[in-house]
Amino acid sequence: MNISIEDQLGLISFEVDKEKHIKVEISICRQCVDKPCLKFCPSKRFTLEKGEIIHNYEGCLECGSCKFACPKGAVDFSYPRGGYGVYYKYG
Amino acid sequence: MPFWKKEGPSLRACNFVICVLFLVVTLPRCVHLWLKNSIKMSEKFDVIIVGAGPAGCAAAYSLAKTGFNVLMVERGKYPGAKNVMGGRLYAYALNRLVPDFWKEAPVERCVTHEKLTLLSDKSSVTLDFQDKELLEPPNSFTILRARFDQWFASKAVEAGATLISNIRVDDLLWKDKKITGIVAGTDKLEANIVIAADGAVSLMAEKAGLKKFLAKGFAIGMKEIIELPEKTIEERFNLVSGEGTAQLFIGQCTRQIPGGAFVYTNRTSLSLGIVVYINQLIESKVEAYELMREFNSNPAIAKLIAGGKLVEYSVHVIPESSRTGLYTDGLLVVGDAAGLLVNSGITLRGMDMAIASGMAAAEAVKIAMGKNDFSKKSLSHYEYLLKQDFVLKDMHTFRRSPGFLQNTRLYSLYPELVCRLFHRLALVKGPKKRLFDELLEETKGKRVQMVWDLIKGLRAL
Repeated sequence: MNISIEDQLGLISFEVDKEKHIKVEISICRQCVDKPCLKFCPSKRFTLEKGEIIHNYEGCLECGSCKFACPKGAVDFSYPRGGYGVYYKYG
Repeated sequence: MPFWKKEGPSLRACNFVICVLFLVVTLPRCVHLWLKNSIKMSEKFDVIIVGAGPAGCAAAYSLAKTGFNVLMVERGKYPGAKNVMGGRLYAYALNRLVPDFWKEAPVERCVTHEKLTLLSDKSSVTLDFQDKELLEPPNSFTILRARFDQWFASKAVEAGATLISNIRVDDLLWKDKKITGIVAGTDKLEANIVIAADGAVSLMAEKAGLKKFLAKGFAIGMKEIIELPEKTIEERFNLVSGEGTAQLFIGQCTRQIPGGAFVYTNRTSLSLGIVVYINQLIESKVEAYELMREFNSNPAIAKLIAGGKLVEYSVHVIPESSRTGLYTDGLLVVGDAAGLLVNSGITLRGMDMAIASGMAAAEAVKIAMGKNDFSKKSLSHYEYLLKQDFVLKDMHTFRRSPGFLQNTRLYSLYPELVCRLFHRLALVKGPKKRLFDELLEETKGKRVQMVWDLIKGLRAL
């Protein structure tokens, strides 16, 4: 099975909030050479556009890895507000 | 004259319809407000539990059964909505709390087939252990957490606990440096004791100053659910109805990054996934999702899931070695939130540890309530109970395991070596050598390292 992450996320149920639950301090990301977030995030929510890190909170599976795996501490992680975010049917 | 002023049966019908409409519109709102107020009105809870996962539910069930006033707060739409695990629950702990739970709980299959597969690029070696004695009494079950956790929470509610879902707890409530409740939005709720059961990334334990998050303490798990007909699963895994397989893979499937892969059989689906240590994943510069994609395209796996329908992708972090403080004034930390987990290489246990810790927390709360003392010293009884039970005993027994399991040779050198050795044994092409000679040849120059690893492995696992 060769399925893109976008198709995978399309299978999952979300209640998308207007409010971002993860905030990324882009000025810190500019100093970061390796940018490991582009690879460790299992739902590939971090992307690079014109050299800048963009975090797309929609489709975030709330695993929390970015909270401690970002080596520069640029991620301010919290959970989505109650009732929002992913809701697994199988889990 | 307007119709509502007219006399007679039509007026009465109209009034009736208007009354019914009014009730239909306003009643749910009134009930909602009444419920909300009744929660607020009860001046104080005995215990507030943050998170309705297995640890929280075990504590809530035990406390509610004893008659305590317990509130469980869950941020998901329903208990289990945010929860993921590979898929196996060891029955022992829950069976002490809810005897014969499998007769009513949504369990998938009872695991009787244990497989361990070493993967190299071109070959694989599988150890296949089958044991009917694992059925009676049941040793472990495959489960799906979104379903299972809802059942467990409903048990706690039946026993008298209050559950509110869709509420995120934002902070702890403090008074004189003691935790006295929770803050959720604009609401402040007080309790004698708060139990942090908010999972691997426990923001409650962090706010209480009991947890620091370090990447090296965590692994990341990715998982897919593939639906297949019940009969197909039983044929492919050589299973009798109701029995299941747990298969672990190490080696090439994680591109030699410390970690592994798994396949668990559910009743009408397979749970398959990858787990890797985060810091080593980052060092390898491999993309996490790429590992998941490679695994289900691996020929050995593709055969198992052929014709199946992918229905869900899920991810979660695993606190492989991320122990936290277990208690402070007014607070207990249970389950994944406290990093209570044992990975012995073959048995990966988080959920039974969570349940046992929830039960121990409940016992500690009962004693603290009896003494009306919710101080750190009083709650330290929780740690004593965990030490008496298997939770901290097993964590102590396997304390060297997380370090040992991060040895990269376990995922590169050894699976390769075993596969090549079996290749040599299987191949007939000219004169053959004895097993011992093949072994000597294959391990040339690596023996000192291997003996050293073996000693460390025997000590750790």
